[in-house]
Amino acid sequence: MTSPALPARFSRAGDSAIVVEFEERIDLAINARCIAFANAVLSCGLPGIRDVVPAYCTVTVYFDPLRTEQERLLACLKQAASETRRTVDAPGRTHRVPVCYGGELGPDLADVARFARLSEEETIERHVVRRYRVFMLGFIPGFAYLGTVDEQIAAPRRAAPRTRVPAGSVGIAAGQTGVYPIETPGGWQLIGRTPLRVFDPSRPRPSLFQPGDAVHFVPISRQQWDRFTL
Amino acid sequence: MGSLHVVRPGLLTTVQDLGRWGFQSLGVPVSGAMDTFSHRIANVLVGNDQSAATLEVTVAGPELVFSDERMVAIAGAMFDLSVDGRAVASTGAFVVPKGGVLRFAARVTGARAYLGVAGGIDVPLVLGSRSTYLPARLGGHGGRALAAGDHVPLGEPADGRAMRRRVAPRSHTRAPDGDRAVRVLAGPQADRFTDDALDRLQSGSYRVLPDSGRMACRLEGPVLRHARRAEVISDATPAGTLQVPPAGQPILLMADRQTTGGYAKVATVISADLPMVAQAAPGESLSFTVCSQAEALAALIAQERTLLALEDA
Repeated sequence: MTSPALPARFSRAGDSAIVVEFEERIDLAINARCIAFANAVLSCGLPGIRDVVPAYCTVTVYFDPLRTEQERLLACLKQAASETRRTVDAPGRTHRVPVCYGGELGPDLADVARFARLSEEETIERHVVRRYRVFMLGFIPGFAYLGTVDEQIAAPRRAAPRTRVPAGSVGIAAGQTGVYPIETPGGWQLIGRTPLRVFDPSRPRPSLFQPGDAVHFVPISRQQWDRFTL
Repeated sequence: MGSLHVVRPGLLTTVQDLGRWGFQSLGVPVSGAMDTFSHRIANVLVGNDQSAATLEVTVAGPELVFSDERMVAIAGAMFDLSVDGRAVASTGAFVVPKGGVLRFAARVTGARAYLGVAGGIDVPLVLGSRSTYLPARLGGHGGRALAAGDHVPLGEPADGRAMRRRVAPRSHTRAPDGDRAVRVLAGPQADRFTDDALDRLQSGSYRVLPDSGRMACRLEGPVLRHARRAEVISDATPAGTLQVPPAGQPILLMADRQTTGGYAKVATVISADLPMVAQAAPGESLSFTVCSQAEALAALIAQERTLLALEDA
């Protein structure tokens, strides 16, 4: 069974943020605790809280120092940390993300296959077979850090980042995989592309992916891609 | 409804407000005015709510035609200004008549000016904010900087009183003869550095490099050394964070910073001194001094008092 959770560590990041750190490693249970803790802080509804940002193993709470009783805030955070000490991972939603692998839509698939010493088909299979977790979002709006990738295909970032990565590109960087929500510069190895819009600020849920969600990639053919993007 | 017609856009003129809070967990940066203090002053002077959107004008200013008569005020960086070719003092609020041309000419001090217009800049709210985030083309005027030929919508002026006789406080915009003195709080990851890192940070001046912008202020000065690795497991990056990549030169994160980052963070600039950093043009230099939480809060309260005094005038 899991070992008992260590107490959370609180530190200040400037005059208007508190970082709550759980154990310093990338781990499903610790990340689940972060997400549960972030939700608990949001639901305590303390005035002055501006934002609550869960990451791999920390949660940062932003507050307005002129409108926050900091003693009360700290008490609320400590309460939330102790309540979420024995968090069972409550999985979020599960997304099936269609991906057309390789070719011009996945220009680095051959390089990743070479890194893995597998065929392109086997490389795709290794990427598809896993169920990934959304550990956190960052980098650009709607970009989810998904993990963890099969070690054999976990190719490092490209030596020279691309100045232009098209929206929907699916990439690998070491143990992480992810979908570029918008066109942007980027250094991940691009193995395919999804026709889904993973970020759209006009939707009630602007980001398809939320921390704690699960993601399956589903291979589609070029013909299916063309139909999706008509 | 009134609008501003853009004749010349200036170097980088964007719509900004107090930021897009509440979506950082989805990777959406806060953005907003780089110098929130001046942004708020510009709004107060024209009788707007402090959160109304203004135009952030960077280094070289625009030329704008007003479709109706408006009270306006410019805070932050000081420019030579004219309305219909006649010089106007940029210290307080003034009226631009219907069809009037407001022209920004030479910059006198500071890097960023805020144009407050009675009624505010009325672009649509995107995720609760009118701020422009250029890398994702989010918010503002079509997600981009203003361009010649744009018509920028203005809101209906509220009943707020314009402060025509008040002078915008600007002490933080002036470039001092020496360094701009910036106060920081240690951490949150000062323990990732060698024991002398905070002393080194305070030991000399840091020059603001030319590739600085809304995302970050890139600095060159005394090198800070990591105790072991420069990388940490990615976590949130508040405004004012001094993060340090392997080469040891700190990067000061500003309004358009990414929501998370993976470099160790040696110190964090206090909220009250971020407006001063926003007014530093490339080539100027900053010096850092570690202060206490109490001092940081006192400085913020002093700024708040200045704003309250303007409102109550």
